[in-house]
Amino acid sequence: MQRLAAAVASRLVIAVPYVWLLVFFLIPFVIVFKISLSQTAIAMPPYVPTLGFSDGISGLFDGLKELSADNYIWLTEDSLYFNAYLSSVIIAGISTILTLMVGYPIAYGMARAPTTLRPILLMLVILPFWTSFLIRVYAWIGILKPEGLLNQLLLSLHLIDQPLIIMNTHTAIFIGIVYSYLPFMVLPLYSALEKMDYSLIEAAQDLGCRPSSAFWKITFPLSLPGVIAGCLLVFIPAVGEFVIPDLLGGSQTLMIGKTLWNEFFANRDWPVSSAVAVILLLLLVVPIMIFQQAQARAQEQGR
Amino acid sequence: MGKWSRFNISSVVLGFAFLYLPIVILIVFSFNESKLVTVWGGFSTKWYVSMFSNRGLMDAAWVTARVGVISATFATILGTMAALALTRYTRFRGRVLFSGMVFAPLVMPEVITGLSLLLLFVAMGLDRGFLTVTLAHITFTMCFVAVVVQSRLITFDRSLEEAAMDLGATPVRTFFAITLPVIAPAIISGWMLAFTLSLDDLVIASFTSGPGATTLPMKIYSQVRLGVTPEINAVCTLLIAVVAVGILIASIANKRREAQRIVDEQAALRN
Repeated sequence: MQRLAAAVASRLVIAVPYVWLLVFFLIPFVIVFKISLSQTAIAMPPYVPTLGFSDGISGLFDGLKELSADNYIWLTEDSLYFNAYLSSVIIAGISTILTLMVGYPIAYGMARAPTTLRPILLMLVILPFWTSFLIRVYAWIGILKPEGLLNQLLLSLHLIDQPLIIMNTHTAIFIGIVYSYLPFMVLPLYSALEKMDYSLIEAAQDLGCRPSSAFWKITFPLSLPGVIAGCLLVFIPAVGEFVIPDLLGGSQTLMIGKTLWNEFFANRDWPVSSAVAVILLLLLVVPIMIFQQAQARAQEQGR
Repeated sequence: MGKWSRFNISSVVLGFAFLYLPIVILIVFSFNESKLVTVWGGFSTKWYVSMFSNRGLMDAAWVTARVGVISATFATILGTMAALALTRYTRFRGRVLFSGMVFAPLVMPEVITGLSLLLLFVAMGLDRGFLTVTLAHITFTMCFVAVVVQSRLITFDRSLEEAAMDLGATPVRTFFAITLPVIAPAIISGWMLAFTLSLDDLVIASFTSGPGATTLPMKIYSQVRLGVTPEINAVCTLLIAVVAVGILIASIANKRREAQRIVDEQAALRN
């Protein structure tokens, strides 16, 4: 009897979250794919065919015949979309490298801090993550505006005599992404660097290795799992980022998350925005798989 | 351990200055007398007064709080189950797909998650509103809970459970008497993470919410688009304060439990 209860409980522990994720995570993607093959219509929902069993099986088959790849052809014909994908990947890529360059010294400094100080430093890195993403992006508007605080400071120090135009440029987007995603970069880097055996570096230096080459030959390769995890945690969401390009990037920035948003909310074109999402997903499938592999491996090692 | 070099100290200090300065500036300017967000016109709390008399803002805050509490609670239950499934059962059919579905939402761009959930709700014939936002938030936050709880379960000492079972406890009883208390801090921080993520979310809520269920981030976003005012700074400051107080309470509770544990251990050793 007890054994039966335990067996039922263990089944439930697996089945309940499994079914939930199937229904609310996997099936929605199938629907997105289906609607990306539909046509726009002035109706609610605004696309045809709706594909349901309301017209019986034969109605469903008629509906299936109406599906077409028109939206995808449309996406390849209009260079707007291609440019949006390309510039999203480039902006996300540059931002990821910048975040790595900013985050590495911080993580390294934390890993070499006195052991008593480390938990506090770790807490301080995690803390901004708990405050709203939207708020943190919003905070930069007041700083970067032409009449904002950064320009006021630089003007009063007479470092510049014209206000810098940062707001509504790519620079503002880079700053926004680096700032918002910095904790995601620092945490995996820190956990890789903290585990490192620093006597290796001392040994290298004793043998006459210069500090810089000791870094590139020993520290950096050993921290590589952290570098990969951090870069993926920044790059993947940054490609589809909406809030940062919308608030800091101004109207002329082209990023695919914004394009999808406009296609959906301004143009109410659900099939095209679905097609945009499908291609974005295809673009990110490889990085996401690498991320999952790395997660699974870390989990196996932790065992 | 070598000394903490000047280079390392300055990179940590500069890094933290970069992380915290914008938030500090935001909070300072919420007390600005002037309507301009960037020019200091003296100390005032008038923006807090005007915020509390803004009906739309208060309604949105109430919706957000309810969505947050309900979705975080369900997400914690589902996420803990998912974490148990991943760490305790290394072999079951479809495990690879399952772990994929747990980890993928962590990095999935929000526009994709939002759009796909909306299309699901339309296909299911659900009206967009309070229920759909809550369902969407449960789904994407449960994965964060799963990761937090899982990292605690991995370091869990299984011999405690084995000892309980050797002494005749049933597996279900062992779970509630041993496992659950040990992983409780992770479950609590998982709940808090889910709650703050829900509190914070703009993109997924914009897709899945409908009339009458405008959340606070949606309200803040539409006001920011119209122009930046200290009133938004006041709302943001209050949100930060709510989260900070929550974290403070949780960490004090944690410390206290830890101290109690040490006292108990010493008492046990004396006996």
